[in-house]
Amino acid sequence: MSITTETLVLPASSPPRSSARRSRDLPLIPITILVVIALTAIFANFLAPHNPEVGSLTARFRPPVWQAGGSLDHILGTDQLGRDVLSRLIFGARVSLVVGFTAVIVAGVIGTTLGILAGYIGGWVDQAIMRLTDAWLALPGLTFAIFLAAIVGPSMWNIVIILGAVYWTRYARVVRGEVLSLKEREFVRLAVVAGCSRMAIMWRHILPNVVNSAIVLATLMLGVVIVTEASLSFLGVGVPPPQPAWGLMLSDGKQGLMVGYWWLTVMPGCCIMLMVLSANLLGDWLRVKLDPQLRQL
Amino acid sequence: MSNSTLSSVSSDLRPRTAAMAGQPLLEINNFSTHYVSAQGTRVVRAVDDVTLRVNAGETVGIVGESGSGKSTLALSILRVLPTAARIVSGQLWFEGEDLVRKTDAEMQDVRGKRIAMILQDPMASLNPLFTIGNQVAEPIRVHEGADRPTAWRRARDLLKAVRIPSPETRVQQFPHEMSGGMRQRIVGAIGISCEPRLLIADEPTTSLDLTIQAQYLNLLRELQRAHGLALIFITHNLGIVAKMCDKLVVMYAGRVVESGPVSRIFNAPAHPYTKALLNAIPRMSDKRQRLTAIEGQPPDLAALPRGCAFAARCPEAFDRCRKESPPEFNFDGGRTSRCWLSTATTRSGAA
Repeated sequence: MSITTETLVLPASSPPRSSARRSRDLPLIPITILVVIALTAIFANFLAPHNPEVGSLTARFRPPVWQAGGSLDHILGTDQLGRDVLSRLIFGARVSLVVGFTAVIVAGVIGTTLGILAGYIGGWVDQAIMRLTDAWLALPGLTFAIFLAAIVGPSMWNIVIILGAVYWTRYARVVRGEVLSLKEREFVRLAVVAGCSRMAIMWRHILPNVVNSAIVLATLMLGVVIVTEASLSFLGVGVPPPQPAWGLMLSDGKQGLMVGYWWLTVMPGCCIMLMVLSANLLGDWLRVKLDPQLRQL
Repeated sequence: MSNSTLSSVSSDLRPRTAAMAGQPLLEINNFSTHYVSAQGTRVVRAVDDVTLRVNAGETVGIVGESGSGKSTLALSILRVLPTAARIVSGQLWFEGEDLVRKTDAEMQDVRGKRIAMILQDPMASLNPLFTIGNQVAEPIRVHEGADRPTAWRRARDLLKAVRIPSPETRVQQFPHEMSGGMRQRIVGAIGISCEPRLLIADEPTTSLDLTIQAQYLNLLRELQRAHGLALIFITHNLGIVAKMCDKLVVMYAGRVVESGPVSRIFNAPAHPYTKALLNAIPRMSDKRQRLTAIEGQPPDLAALPRGCAFAARCPEAFDRCRKESPPEFNFDGGRTSRCWLSTATTRSGAA
């Protein structure tokens, strides 16, 4: 779909949309980081130099290669059980990516659907959904997640569902607010007088207009979700221990930080930071891209 | 009856329903819509006992102050009222069917297909996220189940019909890439996309400057002529009524106070309110320094006075006006007036 820029509103001021310009818009660094993380996760089996779940107790706390005592065999050192940190990070990318993105999407789908229904239909539907949301928000997120995790038991997919079930409320609130203002907009009223059904209006006119906010919220939630996943792992109700997860590694390495085993926390910490930051930057870019009015500027 | 014979003479642009011989396209009978507060304690009579006929191909202008019930009446016809509003009585006969008794699902087929509407702010009537083609094609796809290529071809033709230059590229563009006048014409194109019989335009030109306004009104007239559609034109602007409309309906406090052919009402208004409205139009030849206004405020629709709603502001009011509410008097030339004085006018007119 090519878009010409000779408009009546902005005659000569907007530059032509060349492919060069389009590629310059792309947030290359965050995309690269996310792609690298994704590829790492997919090809973990081939990339990891060691088995992430088996270590040798004779090779505990080896420092990274550039520090005295480090070796090329364990580029980023080893942990308290002698497991290779690099290999664990590589396999951990799988858990963090899958848990992070799917939990955010699950929460987003639940929250957005309920938010649109509450906002557009209004009346008792609105009351029921929003009071449920209030009650849900009154429960402390982490405690609630622990409670749910204790019931369904630890596994990666259970964590995804739990995190989705805990964090949908924020989407519901934000989306409902957006819908309330959207449904008074003239184009929604025009759709009503043009004979569109309620479902069609919610699907075609409301949903596309709230997706922006939902995506921005999702990028912010990604950080919260990954940290919560880490906390759950730390408390023993998250991703079960031998499986490497960044949050779990961070928690495990905590005791070593003061004694000088900094790489056990800094390495997974950097990974989490890079991923969350990239997701945020990408989300910000998407927000602008999804709004045709901002797209031209 | 005299009403319909008159308009069949005046309008020679009624291709399809001429066969229906004098049967009005839309017939509103003693129609009332009230807003009821949540506790049911306050009732606002937004539209009260309105009777109105619109023939095929005819343009009817509805004028009145803000809050006189014009927009509520328009929304009532399409049954897209806010939740607090109730249709309390009356019928809406449209092409032989009573719209009041239709279910919501049946109304969806009427909206946009048989009766279309252009809203108060057409500038904001387009969804910023979809291309023009997509939005013009939407009603065609919803109502006629046309596939995408067909609907888009029709959309291009419609843009051509509303004089959008190079429609082939315009269909691919977004609303913000259009000027105000173009967006307005696009909304017009959406209105006529399913070839409705009746188009309701609710103050469609208030947000436009005068040149664009004139162009748009001309366009509406042409579309009306080309498609033989009836037009209900809601406005504050009597100048537009004079230019556009065959028939004028003046509303005050939810009621029709005067109706009839435009030229006759402009020459000899029967109701004091209409007189006052016509007097309030500023003229270039005026020597007066100040604008003429109608003294006072319209009454609270939740607590209407006992007699005529206009009595408090009426220069010609007498005792009866404050005690009894006047009924709708019909007199010659298809005119009606809700004023005790019009009985006298009728008699003198006949004499």
